[in-house]
Amino acid sequence: MTTHSSDLEPASQGGDPLPDPGLPPHRPRLSDTDAKSAKRAERQVAAMFGIAALASLGFVAAYLALPLIEGDLVRLQLSNLALGLTLGGALFLIGLGAIQWAKKLMPDVEMVQERHPFESSPEDQAGAIAAFQAGVEESGIGRRKLIRNSLIGGMALLPLPIVFILGDLGPLNPSPPRVRASTIWGPGVRVVNDVTFEPIRPEDLQVGQLVNAMPATYKDIPETEHVDALNARAFASVILVRMELDEFEVPQGREDWDVDGILCYSKICTHVGCPISLYEQQTHNMLCPCHQSTFALAESGKVVFGPAKRPLPQLALEVDAEGYLAAQGDFAEPVGPSYWERAKFENGERI
Amino acid sequence: MAVALAGLAGLFSLLSPASQAATTTAMSTEIEEGKQLFLVGCSSCHGVNADGVIREDGTVLGPSLIGVGAASVHFQVGTGRMPMARNNVQAPRKSIAYDEEQTLALAAYVASLAPGPAIPEPDQYDPAQGDIARGGVLYRTNCAQCHNTTGQGGALTLGKYAPKLTGVEPVHMYEAMVTGPQSMPVFVEPVMSSEDKRDIIAYLKNVESEANPGGLGVGRIGPVSEGLWVWVIGLGALIGAAAWLGARSS
Repeated sequence: MTTHSSDLEPASQGGDPLPDPGLPPHRPRLSDTDAKSAKRAERQVAAMFGIAALASLGFVAAYLALPLIEGDLVRLQLSNLALGLTLGGALFLIGLGAIQWAKKLMPDVEMVQERHPFESSPEDQAGAIAAFQAGVEESGIGRRKLIRNSLIGGMALLPLPIVFILGDLGPLNPSPPRVRASTIWGPGVRVVNDVTFEPIRPEDLQVGQLVNAMPATYKDIPETEHVDALNARAFASVILVRMELDEFEVPQGREDWDVDGILCYSKICTHVGCPISLYEQQTHNMLCPCHQSTFALAESGKVVFGPAKRPLPQLALEVDAEGYLAAQGDFAEPVGPSYWERAKFENGERI
Repeated sequence: MAVALAGLAGLFSLLSPASQAATTTAMSTEIEEGKQLFLVGCSSCHGVNADGVIREDGTVLGPSLIGVGAASVHFQVGTGRMPMARNNVQAPRKSIAYDEEQTLALAAYVASLAPGPAIPEPDQYDPAQGDIARGGVLYRTNCAQCHNTTGQGGALTLGKYAPKLTGVEPVHMYEAMVTGPQSMPVFVEPVMSSEDKRDIIAYLKNVESEANPGGLGVGRIGPVSEGLWVWVIGLGALIGAAAWLGARSS
């Protein structure tokens, strides 16, 4: 024991191997030694405070001179700019002046403030321990075993409700949570142009064309159901693109999903759900502006760059009896960002 | 036989209206002039027959111009994008190399190769005739994803970008929509009607004309640029101020 501790002793018996360098020598400032410099600093500080006062007056003047005019956005911007500059300037200059004052003119001699041990006095500590032990003695927790054990039981089971209620998030849930596994797309639902809601014929689309589209059934949602309509729009938005037949790959199972090179993809990024339609017609890549996920639309929506993990869902197209583009059905997988139960869905059904 | 042919030719020249012949001649002169300009200025990349040049490794040096139409030439040359300074992922707008007459001659030559989108009539792109509010809705749905809600442009992949739309002639905006230059998709009839395009142009010109007294506009390109400004310039100023606070006075 003693040999060990003696090993840790510093080699030199003189104490600290790195001696305390102490404080650097005090250097007087120019304003300490030169009266002219001190006077200049004084004028600088006074100028800052003086301009701050003028800026405060300027705020009042700007407030009175630039009243807001109903519907005039330019005036609003102008007023914001003037009020912000004057009030912000006043606050900033007061701070700046104060710091300049402290740096140039107030004493800057280094001072040492001793630190003391951070603990109570031995009497206070003994008193606290005595009070605690008296409490233990008086409550009789050591003697009355029944109370002690029932208290332990009561406390031990307290987390159970929390565990049970959080279990609903996982497999213990008796009624599955409401998740959006389907959209308002369905068999025969026409693909219509967003904004104008005009149906689209395949021959209307040229190679290289991009159409932001919606399901025709979107119009059937009553206007009073505003939240439903917004949700439907958020999940059912799609884009149509047309490529040459030899420009894109058709994976197995999607042989009849396109109509003469017209492909339809969900507009919702599979990362965190931003709407995307930054389509580059030469590379057939679609970029998400939020986190730069890039989807290759010529390779069934595969992710080629960025944080998205799943390919962009593709909607199978057909031509209806009247010659307009329509969906064969809903998306085969949930659109939009991933969520806990996502893997358990296929064709809108829980599996 | 020769006499008969000569007679037919004479008969034709007698019967055909003089004005039509003059127009045809003027047109073919313009096409011929355009062809000469093309051979000098464009054929090194697009080929002497304008059918494109493929490099030995299979990549495209200059794409085929057959069927791109007069609108495409008028846009690319009229905004200075063509001739390109160098082959790159993006053809930027730059100083214009050909005057309007030469540009029209080039456009006439390329249009004579195969049918394609024509240069639009002034009525089709006149911003004064457009519905600004409707154009705004159409713009935000179809264009804002790349060009930003006020036409300030934005980044695409691998160094490509969607250009700013401020200071662009309405005719060039219209032509870009019908021809889909570079990365841009095509927006043509009937899905995007001529009227829709005019409304979009009206919206863009209206946004552009709006006064901006609000201090630093930062291009009005939205919260990202403003955030960048605050993080780089604002935070930089704060760090500088903190350093000044801690520094010893001399």
